[in-house]
Formats: sequence, C-alpha cells, structure tokens
Amino acid sequence: MMGLAPHMLSNLVVLALLVGLLGLSRWVRRRRIWLESAQAIWQRRRLAIVVIAAYLSIALLDSVAWVGGVPEGVADVLPNQSLSVLDRLFLDTREASYSAPFADFEWTGGEALRHPGSHVLGTDILGRDVLYLALKGARVALLIGGLTSLISIPLALLFGVTAGYFGGRFDDFVFFLISTLASMPGLLLLIALIMALGKGTFSVCLALGVTGWVGFCRLSRAETLKLRELDYVEAARALGVSEVRIIFRHVLPNLAHLIVITFVLTFSALVLSEAVLSWLGIGVDGSWGQMIDGARNELSRDPIIWWNIGAAGAALFGLILAVNSVGDAIRDVLDPRTARTSE
Amino acid sequence: MTALLEVRGLRTAFPSASGPLPVVDGVSFDLNRGEVLALVGESGSGKSMSALSAMRLVPKPGRVVAGSVKLDGEELLDLPVTEMRKVRGGRMGMIFQEPMTCLNPVVRVGTQVIEAIQLHEPVSTADARARALELFAEVGIPDPDQRLDAYPHQLSGGLKQRVMIAMALSTRPEILIADEPTTALDVTVQAQILSLLRDLQQRLDAAILLITHDLGIVNELADRVAVMYAGRLVEVADREALLSDPRHPYTQGLLRSIPALATPGEPLPEIAGVVPSPEQWPAGCRFSTRCPKRIERCAADFPEETAPGEGRRVWCHVQDAPATGEGA
Repeated sequence: MMGLAPHMLSNLVVLALLVGLLGLSRWVRRRRIWLESAQAIWQRRRLAIVVIAAYLSIALLDSVAWVGGVPEGVADVLPNQSLSVLDRLFLDTREASYSAPFADFEWTGGEALRHPGSHVLGTDILGRDVLYLALKGARVALLIGGLTSLISIPLALLFGVTAGYFGGRFDDFVFFLISTLASMPGLLLLIALIMALGKGTFSVCLALGVTGWVGFCRLSRAETLKLRELDYVEAARALGVSEVRIIFRHVLPNLAHLIVITFVLTFSALVLSEAVLSWLGIGVDGSWGQMIDGARNELSRDPIIWWNIGAAGAALFGLILAVNSVGDAIRDVLDPRTARTSE
Repeated sequence: MTALLEVRGLRTAFPSASGPLPVVDGVSFDLNRGEVLALVGESGSGKSMSALSAMRLVPKPGRVVAGSVKLDGEELLDLPVTEMRKVRGGRMGMIFQEPMTCLNPVVRVGTQVIEAIQLHEPVSTADARARALELFAEVGIPDPDQRLDAYPHQLSGGLKQRVMIAMALSTRPEILIADEPTTALDVTVQAQILSLLRDLQQRLDAAILLITHDLGIVNELADRVAVMYAGRLVEVADREALLSDPRHPYTQGLLRSIPALATPGEPLPEIAGVVPSPEQWPAGCRFSTRCPKRIERCAADFPEETAPGEGRRVWCHVQDAPATGEGA
C-alpha cells in the first residue's frame, strides 16, 4: 500500500464508487419501498438530479488519472506527473488532438486577468483559466461532502444509537459529550482541530466530521429511544434475539430514511463550511472556497475583476441549490412527519 | 407430577420517589403441560407484568425483586442472559396484544419468520423457508407462498396475528404466552384466532398462559383460571368451578358485570370504584376498598390462602359467608 501512487488510489476510489453506485441502484430496484421513493424523488426534481449528476461526472473525470500520454515539451507537465481526464482535456499543447480536443485554446500559462469576452471564462491573476479551476473545484467539493459525511454519520450513529438503546451511564456520558461539544463555538473548535491535525484534505474532512456529528447524534438517539420501546423490538426480545442483533435488524433499518436525509442536508452545509474555512486560509487546495478567497483581493481593481469570484460562486451555488432541492424532495418522500402529497 | 412452569412468590417492582413500588406482589401459580391457564384481571392488575417477569422481560427500570420461576425444575431468574435468550423463543414463545406493531415494518414477514427459526436452530435459509411455509399453512394463512414475501403493511390485523403465532410456534415451544392475543382484533377475527389457538394447543400439546380481561375468551379457551387484582392473586380455580361458583367477591363482581349474564331490563351491575394505583393499595386485602362484603379485618391484614376445594385457592376472609346465589 505504501508504494501506491495517489492517483492510483483515486482511480481505485472511482472504481469502488462506480461499483457501489451500480450495486446501490440494483439494491434499490429490488426493494419496492426504496424504488417507489427513488421514482418519486426523480419525478419531483429531475433538473436538480441532472445537475448533481453533471457535477458528479466532472468530479469523477477529474479523479481518473494516469501518468504519461502527453507530448514532450508541454511546459506545465512534469515528468511522472499524473494527469486526470479533465486535466488532459484542458492541456495546453497548442495543437488539437484526439486526447486534447480543446488544446488549441489558450488555457493555462496565458495572460493574467483576461476578460471573459477575450477568454472563455477569463483567467485569474496567475493566468489560469477560470472555467478549468471551477470544474476542478467540483471534485474537491464532493470529496469534502462525501468524506466528511462518511466520518460524521457513522460516528453519530455509533454514539446516538448505543446511547439511546442501552441508556444508563453510557447515555449520560454521550449526552455530556454532546452538550460539551455543542457549547463550544463550532468554528473555533474547527480551526483548533485543523491547526492540530495540519492542513490537507483529509484533516479538514476529519475536523469537519468530528465537530459536525452532534446534531445527528442527538436525532438518532431520540429516534432510537422511540424505536426501542416499539412492540416489534419487544417481540424480538421475546423471541430471544440478542441486543446487538436487534440494533442491526430492527433499529438501524428504521433509521435509514433519517440517514439518507441527514446525509443530503449536511452535505451542502459541509461544502459551505469548507468555503468559510478557505476564506480563513485553512481550507482545501483547489476548492471553490480558495478561488473565492483568492479573488476577493481582485474585487477592488478597476475595472472590477468579477469573473473569478463569479465562476466559483456560481459553481458552489449550483451544487448547493441542486443538493438542497433534492434533499427537500427526499425528506418529503421519506420522512413520515411530512405528509405525502403525491399518490 | 411437577408443573411445567412453577411461579412462586413473584414480586416485580418499579422504583419510585417513595421507594420501590410493587406491581406484582407475591404471585404463585403452576402451569401444567398441555394446559391453558388464563390470567384474568383488569388493566393494571399486574397480569401482563407477571408474564413478562417470567420471561425476564420486565421493562426498565422495573425488575423482579423476589420469587422464583422454574421451567421444568430449572430456575429461570438465575439463568445467564445467553441461556435465557435460548429459552425465550425456544422453549417459551410469546404473542402480543398488538399484531399491528409487533412486526418490523421494513422487513418482509417471511424473512422475519425465517430469522426467528434460524435464531434457534442452525438450518439453511432454504430449509427455514420451507419450515416457514409449513408454519404459515399451519396457522391458516391463505396463499402462504405469496404471503411470505409480503410486508407487514400489506397484511390485515388477523393475518399479522397469525404470522406472530407462526413465529412464536416456529421452535415448537413448550409454553406459549399469549398476552391479550385478540384484544386488537375485531370480533369475527377474534373467534378465528381463538379456535386456531385451541387447535394448535391440542395438536402440539403446548401449555398456554393466556392473559386476558375477557371472561368470554376464558370460557372459550381456558382449563384453569387465575384471577388477579392489584398485583395479587385473589382466586385460582378450574374454569367451570370458577364460572359457576366464584368464591371471591371480586370474581363474583366480575361475573355479574358480564352483559350476557345480566338480567334484562335491569341496569348492568358494576364493581363500584376503580382499581387503586400501587401507591394507594391498602395494607390488608387489596380489594377491601371496593368490596361489598368487607368486614373489619379486611383492611388490616391480608387474607391467607385457603383451599376450599380441589385445585382451588382463594384469598378472602369472608368467602364462607353466603355469597353465591346472587352471583350466578
């Protein structure tokens, strides 16, 4: 594992994601409740789902990378540097080819701060193409949202469900932990954690995950408190089912809708949090937050340089709007507390 | 012959601000093989709690504080948790009052039955499915093959109760505890479920502990009856003896207030007052606050157990006073 190049890891993750998505869709298709829900959500928010899919494919294209295949003498490419599909599309070889269809455009290494009219979406102060940067940001945003959710939701479930189910001293302990975390200013805690862990995508995700699980932990604890009193849990106990099995068979599946809703709704909040962190200078490299941070100094120029911040903001806005709107649809369909209007 | 299930001096209490509050207070009864024993009482009399105590399923923070529960001579209250789990569902099955909520809504009913089988026996899923199919047919579920793949919301209340019964019977338990099995069902379905229970009980030679407040069901199903009031037994007798010749004033009151047995044109007799809550239980006979035949010593000391007849136990100071006649 030590010898694995970062781009190979990323390729493997893409492969795993695609296999996972395929498996998930097959799983959903076989279960009527989930299939009907998925269809209802698709009918409500076609556009938003297409937008999310577009972001996802850009991010996936940006994650599949390999070394080589680049003509010699391309200025920006170091030997042994891996380039993703997206990078290759925008590669500045000054010669259009099958592998670099946009190459006769001037992408990187161009003149600084060019206007969108004279360049596709303009360039930033270093002469980098804004469209390219905005597209690159999608991968970072999805990575932050996904990885952080992968950290914070299991953490919240672990504490919330066990505290709610077993109660007693462990519940007291978890509630103490939750209250303590909730009483600290979130941003301050985040900054302290990132300072301690060091910069980097993973440590930012870890910090966001460790500070962000409290809300869902409280929710899952409350829901478990309700579920453990239900008759079918009682009936399972009367059948001699062990407590651990009851949790996995009867409690967690009945929390599934909450997990899906929480995942989608926190996802957008996490992407935004990263933008805030970037603005403070402790974000993730290549994110939209960093683009916005880099562009804010250009706003005072005359004529105003608006396209940097505009592209990053629009990309961020588009993703978050789409995710939130799908999130609302998911909640409408899955959450029993909001009445179903269709059917 | 020793009894299959022997409950002695069972006390179950819940903590409260004024100390532990017993909801079951010194209950003793035997359940013999192949017998249907009905535990009868009003809401809050401790009948369900007695059964849950025997299964060691008393909801927290309540707990069994004293007594003994022996299954075939083996003390259940001292059994390690893992052993107790094998008893539950293995040797003692239980069905509940609310079939609507006793099945996990997100899992197919067949899967739930199959899992119940596999929980106690190491059989393959295919074998367990075949067993589940047999069980479904046995409890009278039409189209058992299709019903195995149904979700709980696709089944009616009666069908769900049949599924619950199938699940409880999946391991051929020696004892089936039925906690108000028909209360949530409508009358025609009630009759079907009762005849199913009687059928199965005779076929499998299982003992049933039937918890109910409905004397009609007692008459239909029970061999022996134990009447509970406010956490205590007041009278235990064979069904016929109890129904025709109740000795305890509370049993007499219960029988008098059955609409079908009342005199037409006259107001339905009732037992005056309500069941006192555990904090207000009198020191003596628990029924003394409402008893029409109360004498002075009733409020002060609890009556000893008396055995006025074969297989009959009564806890009352005044039972020898002419009490019958007006009851029947």
